[in-house]
Amino acid sequence: MKNSGTLKVTTPSDREIAMTRIFDAPRHLVFEAWTKPELVKRWLYGPDDWRLEVCEMDLRVGGAARFVWRHSDGKAKDMGMSGVFREIAPPDRLVFTETWDDDWTGGEALNTLSFTEHSGKTTLTQTVRYSSRAARDGALKTGMEHGAAVSYDRLAELLKS
Amino acid sequence: METLQALAEPNRFQIVELLREGPRPVGDLVHRLGLRQPQVSKHLRVLSDAGLVDVRVDAQRRIYALRPAPLKALEVWIERYRRIWEANFERLDGVLEELKAKEKKRGRTKR
Repeated sequence: MKNSGTLKVTTPSDREIAMTRIFDAPRHLVFEAWTKPELVKRWLYGPDDWRLEVCEMDLRVGGAARFVWRHSDGKAKDMGMSGVFREIAPPDRLVFTETWDDDWTGGEALNTLSFTEHSGKTTLTQTVRYSSRAARDGALKTGMEHGAAVSYDRLAELLKS
Repeated sequence: METLQALAEPNRFQIVELLREGPRPVGDLVHRLGLRQPQVSKHLRVLSDAGLVDVRVDAQRRIYALRPAPLKALEVWIERYRRIWEANFERLDGVLEELKAKEKKRGRTKR
């Protein structure tokens, strides 16, 4: 796919993970695809053998969000996350909290999404700020444990390099 | 491979977290983890075999310290995280193509 491989993931501070990705669409559409549950369900499910079973968004400041990811074979337990919207400024900014049911991130984390547009293309920057470095690393590590999209051999290769 | 397996166990992950602050004697780790000494020693042996920690003996105390390897682990976690999100965003590309096409069609009907 033409945009694949353009995702940058960085750790701007001990407590943060930031992602930047360019999309070949105007930002009001990217914003829409991030905030309409029936659209979100079609893409925000991680590795192929997971799905986003529950996606509810009460899109107003103070409104609640609820996400539950389920493994297709039931080989892993559900991953649930709740949040509250803090800022909604279509089409340029969205801020919401996230708290996981299995509290691996040591409390609430804050998601900030910013959408900027240039000649019909959108740069999305997503920053998650965790309560501590341990919490941030816990979130990264959980990403490693769930799903099976990447073979361990690949990871072993990376460790060697 | 060994490094990843060593870190996958929550108590060992926590030992690594504690050692990030600096070297510690075994007794201190036992105290902080709330585990029994033999369990902690077992975890430390696994971490040591995986090259994640070093031990030195000071008087009668065994002091454990982190080796630079955990930084590599962080890189691996970031890469794993990136791949998960890249999979999401590639699907999002598809959804956006659809939305663009719909909008174009709507635009045409209006005119």
